[in-house]
Amino acid sequence: MGSRSSHAAIIPEVDTIRQETGFSQACLLRLYHRFQALDRSKKGYLSRMDLQQIGALAVNPLGDRIIDSFFPDGSHQVDFSGFVRVLAHFRPIDDEDASNRDPKQPEPLNSRMNKLRFAFQLYDLDRDGKISRHEMLQVLRLMVGVQVTDEQLESITDRTVQEADDDGDGAVSFLEFAKSLEKMDIEQKMSIRILK
Amino acid sequence: MFLLLPFDSLIVNLLGISLTVLFTLLLVFIIVPAIFGVSFGIRKLYMKTLLKIFAWATLRMERGAKEKNHQLYKPYTNGIIAKDPTSLEEEIKEIRRSGSSKALDNTPEFELSDIFYFCRKGMETIMDDEVTKRFSAEELESWNLLSRTNYNFQYISLRLTVLWGLGVLIRYCFLLPLRIALAFTGISLLVVGTTVVGYLPHGRFKEFLSKHVHLMCYRICVRALTAIITYHDRKNRPRNGGICVANHTSPIDVIILASDGYYAMVGQVHGGLMGVIQRAMVKACPHVWFERSEVKDRHLVAKRLTEHVQDKSKLPILIFPEGTCINNTSVMMFKKGSFEIGATVYPVAIKMALELLTEALGAHDSRPASRAGEERMGVGTAVAPDAIQVQPFASAGDGNTGSASVCHAHLSWEVQSLCGRAPWGHLCFLMQTYRDDRVSHCLLPELSQALPVYDPQFGDAFWNSSKYGMVAYLLRMMTSWAIVCSVWYLPPMTRETEEDAVQFANRVKSAIARQGGLVDLLWDGGLKREKVKDAFKEEQQKLYSKMIVGSHEDRSRS
Repeated sequence: MGSRSSHAAIIPEVDTIRQETGFSQACLLRLYHRFQALDRSKKGYLSRMDLQQIGALAVNPLGDRIIDSFFPDGSHQVDFSGFVRVLAHFRPIDDEDASNRDPKQPEPLNSRMNKLRFAFQLYDLDRDGKISRHEMLQVLRLMVGVQVTDEQLESITDRTVQEADDDGDGAVSFLEFAKSLEKMDIEQKMSIRILK
Repeated sequence: MFLLLPFDSLIVNLLGISLTVLFTLLLVFIIVPAIFGVSFGIRKLYMKTLLKIFAWATLRMERGAKEKNHQLYKPYTNGIIAKDPTSLEEEIKEIRRSGSSKALDNTPEFELSDIFYFCRKGMETIMDDEVTKRFSAEELESWNLLSRTNYNFQYISLRLTVLWGLGVLIRYCFLLPLRIALAFTGISLLVVGTTVVGYLPHGRFKEFLSKHVHLMCYRICVRALTAIITYHDRKNRPRNGGICVANHTSPIDVIILASDGYYAMVGQVHGGLMGVIQRAMVKACPHVWFERSEVKDRHLVAKRLTEHVQDKSKLPILIFPEGTCINNTSVMMFKKGSFEIGATVYPVAIKMALELLTEALGAHDSRPASRAGEERMGVGTAVAPDAIQVQPFASAGDGNTGSASVCHAHLSWEVQSLCGRAPWGHLCFLMQTYRDDRVSHCLLPELSQALPVYDPQFGDAFWNSSKYGMVAYLLRMMTSWAIVCSVWYLPPMTRETEEDAVQFANRVKSAIARQGGLVDLLWDGGLKREKVKDAFKEEQQKLYSKMIVGSHEDRSRS
């Protein structure tokens, strides 16, 4: 029994996924079991419904936006590699990543910028690369529900967009978004540690 | 051809002898003790031996893996990811603190970064959540020699493989035929016995005989499943004129309880084999069977139950108020049911250890009971896919085998309909519930009851009812090592004057849950499910709103 026969081998394209996401085999195996558990009808992919069935996600005000992020470009299913690729944004950044990084390689999915981009696209409903005032308002509404009046929410939106908007086009681009959050400890706040 | 004849007769002879021996042994060691309700302790010994073998096998496996430098797949009893239980407010403040250059003030406002909180929380729940997480047998801490359960199977050495093969041989070639023979004996004795007793004139003698015929047959059936049952607090066993209320864990619950007490069953009349058994049983003692048409009329059911209970000479009724539907059309009757009748309720907690249908109900909503008290999402606890709110209990009385116990949140609405297709609906004498918008609201909590805790040490038997039928399920059960469970008789409870049936039902439920170390599920499930989710979501939104606009008092002050 060589190393190839270890359990992670049951995952399709495990090596490609590993390279792309940086997850260890053990982590991938955990996630693979989780993926299989979520995939109740054993289709081999997850549908929106599968994710909506997670109760704790359904009560998350942004649950639907988070689910959306698994299904880019109007697709209706996500396979394991797609699933892990999204989760890879939340892999903690370890020192190894920083030192061993090949500058020619694309930035790892869990880099600061990619983490930020992930959060950005939660606001960016139409995926045009800009958070318009309208989009901001909608996302805020999702977060607060019916608790806050329209006027209050609009004033909050206006203030937020103004603060972040440098070029004065009335919308927040990704660069502006990143800039207004530059002091933030994204690396830590957008990371989930998988237990060994 | 001609030459073979002597051998043939030899084989026939041998077969005849071995069959005779087998049946004699069966009679001496199983049926006779079953009749007198004694046990030679063979099953206990068997269980202890098995446990030792399992422990040894696991040890070997670990060693083997270490030698080959493999990482063993460890069960994630602590969840997949690291989480720190903080509230929404704290965490958002923490996030803001880390990013803000401004001196920290507590003025409510919105920050772009607040989204990180929801985003991360959401991702966490996708990677791992309390309820959806399935506790499947691969997470067993020790290998139970049923290969179907273990991920580490390939690290097994030759010796272990031989052991496993031996296990298969024993289970299929010895245990299975034995168990089938026993089940057959038990059921036919029950039918014949009760029919004969039915012809006797009413009186003490008939009662006595009837009781013993029932008990004997159930005991034989228990042995047919090699069920090793420990009964606790037998002084609290249900008495006449009461209602015995138990949590429903599996189709064999009835057998488990009835082998230790004499109950009147409640249920719907079935066709087929069940029908034959039911008709025979009702001749010997007053079980309460309902016709299919009657079942829909819950007033009638309540009336008949009340009548039964008021007659103090009649046997205690056995009810599983969790209820499982018979099928999608004639789902469930029995409104606030057993708790409304006003009889003394004798709660019984059944805790299955083993080889049961962890997956059988189709939902994989299970969580280790030991992970109680973890607060999630600020609202309190996780919400199951079916919006079951889990109110964790500290695992109580969980001293059985020491391995992680699982709870199985079954009986979601979908699952109930799934159960409709599940064969044990036909096996069990289940109380059905009424599917009615109006009633279901008040009735569901009482149905939910405490849920089974499985200790799947001895087997996995994932019975996916949509995939396997009853026969396959029984086969799996009968080819596993054993079924181990504990039964607790709790002190009788009566309804307080100021209590309504629902509250009473909940009180009984939590008593059962506490005793069995089960997770007490509170749900206002079913049709109201969407509403529940919304309510929890609103709770989150309310908390968050306070963070960005302040609470009402703040606003009025500013």
